[in-house]
Amino acid sequence: MPKFAPKLSELKKEFEEKPSLLKGDYPDKELFDTPVEFRDGNWCYPAKPEIVEDLGFANPRKWAPTDDDWKLPDGWEKTIKDGMKDRLERFRSFKLFLDTCVRCGACADKCHFFLGTGDPKNMPVARAELIRSVYRNDFPLAEKILKGFSGARKLTPEVIKEWHMYFHQCTECRRCSVFCPFGIDTAEITMMGRELLHLIGVNNNWILGPVSNCNRTGNHLGIEPHTFVQNVESLAEDIEDLTGVAIEPTFNRKGAEVLFITPSGDVFADPGVYTMMGYLLLFEHIGLDYTISTYASEGGNFGFFTSNEMAKKLNAKMYHEAKRLGVKWILGGECGHMWRVVHQYMDTMNGPADFLEQPVSPVTGTKFSNAASTKMVHIAEFTADLIKHGKLKLDPKRNNHLKTTFHDSCNIARGMGMLEEPRYILNNVCNTFHEMPENTIREQTFCCGSGSGINTEEYMDIRLRGGFPRANAVRHVKETHDVDSLVTICAIDRATLPALMNYWNPGVSVYGLHELVGNALVMEGENKRTEDLREDPMAGFEDEEDDED
Amino acid sequence: MKKALMPLVMVVLLALVPYVAVQFAGLDFLFGVIVPYVAIVVFIGGFVYRVVDWARSPVPFRIPTTCGQEKSLDWIKQNRLESPSNFWQAAARVLSEVFFFRSLFRNTRAELHNGPKLAYGSSKWLWLAGLAFHWSMLVIVLRHYRFFIAKVPGFVQLMENVDGFLDVTLPALYLTDVVIVAAVTFLVVRRFQDAKVRLISLPADYFPLFMIFAIAVVGIFMRYITKVDVMSVKDLMINLVHFNLTLPEGIGALFYVHLFLVCVLAMYFPFSKLVHMGGIFMSPTRNLSNNSREKRHVNPWNPDIKIRTYAEYEDEFREKMKKANLPVEKK
Ligand code: HEM
Ligand code: SF4
Ligand code: SF4
Repeated sequence: MPKFAPKLSELKKEFEEKPSLLKGDYPDKELFDTPVEFRDGNWCYPAKPEIVEDLGFANPRKWAPTDDDWKLPDGWEKTIKDGMKDRLERFRSFKLFLDTCVRCGACADKCHFFLGTGDPKNMPVARAELIRSVYRNDFPLAEKILKGFSGARKLTPEVIKEWHMYFHQCTECRRCSVFCPFGIDTAEITMMGRELLHLIGVNNNWILGPVSNCNRTGNHLGIEPHTFVQNVESLAEDIEDLTGVAIEPTFNRKGAEVLFITPSGDVFADPGVYTMMGYLLLFEHIGLDYTISTYASEGGNFGFFTSNEMAKKLNAKMYHEAKRLGVKWILGGECGHMWRVVHQYMDTMNGPADFLEQPVSPVTGTKFSNAASTKMVHIAEFTADLIKHGKLKLDPKRNNHLKTTFHDSCNIARGMGMLEEPRYILNNVCNTFHEMPENTIREQTFCCGSGSGINTEEYMDIRLRGGFPRANAVRHVKETHDVDSLVTICAIDRATLPALMNYWNPGVSVYGLHELVGNALVMEGENKRTEDLREDPMAGFEDEEDDED
Repeated sequence: MKKALMPLVMVVLLALVPYVAVQFAGLDFLFGVIVPYVAIVVFIGGFVYRVVDWARSPVPFRIPTTCGQEKSLDWIKQNRLESPSNFWQAAARVLSEVFFFRSLFRNTRAELHNGPKLAYGSSKWLWLAGLAFHWSMLVIVLRHYRFFIAKVPGFVQLMENVDGFLDVTLPALYLTDVVIVAAVTFLVVRRFQDAKVRLISLPADYFPLFMIFAIAVVGIFMRYITKVDVMSVKDLMINLVHFNLTLPEGIGALFYVHLFLVCVLAMYFPFSKLVHMGGIFMSPTRNLSNNSREKRHVNPWNPDIKIRTYAEYEDEFREKMKKANLPVEKK
């Protein structure tokens, strides 16, 4: 049982017995009259002072959310007000979304954090009101005469505590914005809220630690170049042991056609490493001329969870390295927020990438016109195209030992719109794919509950609640179709869903899409395969000796 | 309930002011001429100000919320409306929101059952009531056009005929009158009944609903019960349009209540959530096309950021890189 989470039986009891707004019980206090309460499992450790200092963020100090005094800097109210004004002038989204909400409540029960906690302030509309109430206070006179008319309130340390709590109980997943009649995206509000909090040193070590690592070593995990190489090579050795195929990936090689960038979790963390093995097999299979960089060794971008400037700083390495190596285009691995940044921000922030060429698949000749400017292609688009052209030798029966379902990662679904490619691939590499219920997939997909830089151990209570709607949908297909394998295209999913499944749906394992591709690929000159990349036995491929016994 | 009381009192007071002023103080000119002019100036000026103010803030990033398959490989069917890839598709997406409340149509209702188990039921009542409310309001506003010009144009006449086809009262009962009262009633009741919506509702949410309800009810009263002198009202309005500041006789105080509430609502409009009418057209999650990898979107304030360059990286790790047989720039 995780340390920072209630026992499953306790949580189930709470769901069933505790009155909650979700079940229609009206709370005895109005929205802003309930104070915030930090307790074990609902706050992330604040960033270490040296990290804050190193990155140039404000107010490095030792503190904790459970302290009464958060040691905010002198004049913090003005800092926040000025910061807000500045952002209102720079982001139309911020201003518009603060102004246009009609509080119709369509978004209210769409957020996984509200569904998992029942906490009124986790309704997206309420989350936005946390800032809106301060924004409205610009008309103090009107508010004095008609007290409470438009819900304005003063900026106090209590408000900051509330912001900190609820802007970290939003994973910037955008599900609310699908349902809002005005497209109000609470993720935008949360991003602005987090930027503002950074101005006064209210932060989260699980985000700033990786940011600092990524800046220095090129990746979130802080892996130095030689170790990075060793790890990929050891994965290649595992592949050779398993399949007999020798793979020799190159690193920082000038003149390669393609630069491949994926989240560092795929290189280092279980089960991401099996997805990495899948990529390596695929590239070997088609003879791709690619290289991996130790400098741009991170696809993800935790900077995106702090400020747009930090996102830009970390993202800049991709083009910087592509230019230095003289590659033609960039291929990106499976990740959610990485693709939100690459798809919607990268070209704007760090383009134009006129030193690259429009991506063309060297195997099929397909021109990726949808990436004509950014020059970066998603691995699922790339692989789907290969399969469509019959360029891969696949044996989907090799995944017969898995009963799969597919989890759309929020950013891929709602920040990019890539829904069909992964399904096409999955259907070609396995025979057992079952969809979860329709309100929980595609553009309505539920977050894993741990996105946007909150996937830390000490936050487990909130993560397990936030992941409850996703887990619940998985349980549905587990019960109806015996599904035991949750396939994802996101490194954060691979890192966080195993804990979620262990808690809510023991027996369900988490896979990367290209791990299944790797299982199914029939490589030239391979040994007879009896085990998948995890060295789990495949069904129907048992050794003949065994059969004779 | 407490949150609804203040706006209720406000609307009642606002309705009483012109009644008393006209009936007992003879302030017809103030409420018949001055207030309407002020209202129209504030309404137009305020609304233009709001829209210009939004437009002054740039859209730094291309952030459509994609609610369908993007344009990618030729053989994968794109969802042109929910993941538009050009201006026209994005425009169609916005118009589908404006005219049909498309996103609201998706609405579901989450229910927590024992297990615990979540279920999502379809929930289209808000969509239906919202559409009925807005469309009938639009028709009613357009119907009022006949008060402002001498000769009623054909399209207004047509609208009136269709709207009044039931012809069960004298004058003919307008369908939209019934619909708007029913729809607003539903929207108010919903704010009380649904615990979630009740919690987030502010007095500022009840106020416009009560105002619109009051305006509609007073209007219905004048038309079907007290039978206001339509010709004098028309004279007044045509005078106003032609900046002729004379007041026809015998319009009756009830009409001034109606007119004053409309004026207040118009003045309140630009400074309240009612600006959602303009906001929907400018919403960057709906009105942008999802083509940010195909065409570069420019951020006018794109900041210059100092990055950690490859050279700095190599300087720190050169020896380790050499040992690992990684190529380096400087030996
Ligand atoms: C382009 C024009 C407009 C569009 C697309 C639009 C759209 C919407 C939508 C989608 C909602 C939420 C659902 C609902 O409660 O019905 C809403 C609410 C509302 N709208 Fe509009 N609207 C427009 C113009 C107006 C105008 C001109 C007014 C009044 C003067 C108005 C008054 C309201 C009110 C009072 C609500 C809140 C209803 C409630 O409290 O439940 N709208 N609008
Ligand atoms: S759906 Fe949109 S308009 Fe309605 S309450 Fe939520 S944010 Fe506000
Ligand atoms: S973006 Fe996601 S997490 Fe944030 S409020 Fe909306 S639904 Fe909730």
